[in-house]
Amino acid sequence: MATATGQQALKRTALNAVHRALGARMVDFAGWDMPVEYSGITDEHVAVRTRAGMFDVSHMGEIDIHGPGALALVQHVTSNDASHLKIGQAHYSALMYPNGSSVDDCLVHRFADDHFFLCVNASNADKDFAWITEHNRFDADARNVSAEYSQLAVQGPRAVAIMSKVAEADLAGLKYYWFTNATVAGIPGMLARTGYTGEDGFEFYFTPEKSEYVWNALLDAGKPEGMIPAGLGARNTLRLEAGMALYGHELDEDTTLLEANLGWITKLGKGEFLGRDVLARQTEQGTRKKLIGFEMSDRVPARDGYPVWMGQEQIGRVTSGSPAPFLKKNIGMAYVSREGRALSLDPGQEIEIEIRGRRAPARVVPLPFYKRHK
Amino acid sequence: MYPPELLYTKDHEWIRVDEEIGTIGITDHAQKELGDIVFVELPKRGDQVTAHESFGTVESVKAVSEVFSPVTGEVTAVNSRINDRPELVNEDPHGEAWLIKVQLKDRRETESLMTADQYEAYIEGSAAESAAEASKG
Repeated sequence: MATATGQQALKRTALNAVHRALGARMVDFAGWDMPVEYSGITDEHVAVRTRAGMFDVSHMGEIDIHGPGALALVQHVTSNDASHLKIGQAHYSALMYPNGSSVDDCLVHRFADDHFFLCVNASNADKDFAWITEHNRFDADARNVSAEYSQLAVQGPRAVAIMSKVAEADLAGLKYYWFTNATVAGIPGMLARTGYTGEDGFEFYFTPEKSEYVWNALLDAGKPEGMIPAGLGARNTLRLEAGMALYGHELDEDTTLLEANLGWITKLGKGEFLGRDVLARQTEQGTRKKLIGFEMSDRVPARDGYPVWMGQEQIGRVTSGSPAPFLKKNIGMAYVSREGRALSLDPGQEIEIEIRGRRAPARVVPLPFYKRHK
Repeated sequence: MYPPELLYTKDHEWIRVDEEIGTIGITDHAQKELGDIVFVELPKRGDQVTAHESFGTVESVKAVSEVFSPVTGEVTAVNSRINDRPELVNEDPHGEAWLIKVQLKDRRETESLMTADQYEAYIEGSAAESAAEASKG
């Protein structure tokens, strides 16, 4: 069977052999040979919600921006206001096109006054770096340092208990969306209290040479707490339950941040940035479409791309649809519009999802579908 | 792993033929590829199915997959247990999780299907092929 990457060899993280030895089912994800599941998506998803799971996310890209003009460059190409970031703090943001849509979504970490570190999607890393470089008219040095880092994510309510066994760091003092220099099992790196699952947890960035050692140390520390390895399948269902966007689904070059419910990372007041004009206009005049959450009323799951109907009118398409393993419902997100304008639908509104030529009932529900108790 | 009394398709279905009745399911390989199965949609008794054409869908958490009939004929029974316990397809794909029974129209249709040995060689071949594909370049 032909794959999306054709003749090109798949890229591998430093943990490829470890995943295979664990019996993971491997898939081609954006040109990377990645584990989609080990014991099963449901099992792994529920482990993250109730105990903990560990993900190899070393395929993610990293871009280092350093120099006197680093803040100005970050402010120009991203939507959130990086001037408010303290050293040691991170935030969710988007790399912007002039049309108000995103090149990618990303995490921006502030290492120093003049030093930032972006974590970006694997599938977009090269495009992101080229875009930043193209728009770098500032006194700043941008480098694609993706190959210099492995990244492991330990996520779930037991994450702190697990990490505190092996990490040399003040974990209790590390607040959500802050990071610190730390050693994990003696290996130095950057430990951030971030994640993409809707749970508490950590992401550890460190040198790829030590990947297997750190993976095994964390797995040993996590076993008594019920932690298991988790793959990209569970990562996707977890982020969907938590109502988080995935680039290529809820986000693309034709979708503005406001349309994607990302007004909270759109800081019009910070001054000029790519796409600001369009976003300012949409703030006043409204958007072309609106992202909604929905729940299927019967047992057939909705999937990406399925048409959304209300009465005799097709109002949109599903961007992400899946059974939700923890909520035990079939959920999804979709963009809805009427005549090129966002359609506002109240929770409870009945809609239909077209599944293989037949319409199945669904209803609009508030996002996120799942929110952890803090 | 693959029972010798069954015949197999390239689309990863199996059929067991007793007299003129064929019992049809998906293979262990197929259920492993799909992962946790959460919903199965099947035809009704009395419906017609056609060789090489889709007669239902199997949905896992991550994907939806069509099921193709190895033979042409009329559906004489549908496994209603699958409706309440779709995970049975993961647990016992070649046994309790049969999907439908079909009154065969033309038994010769089964002549082109694979034996267990042939099917095992087929899926090993596919795996080797994709591994070769992955290591190219």
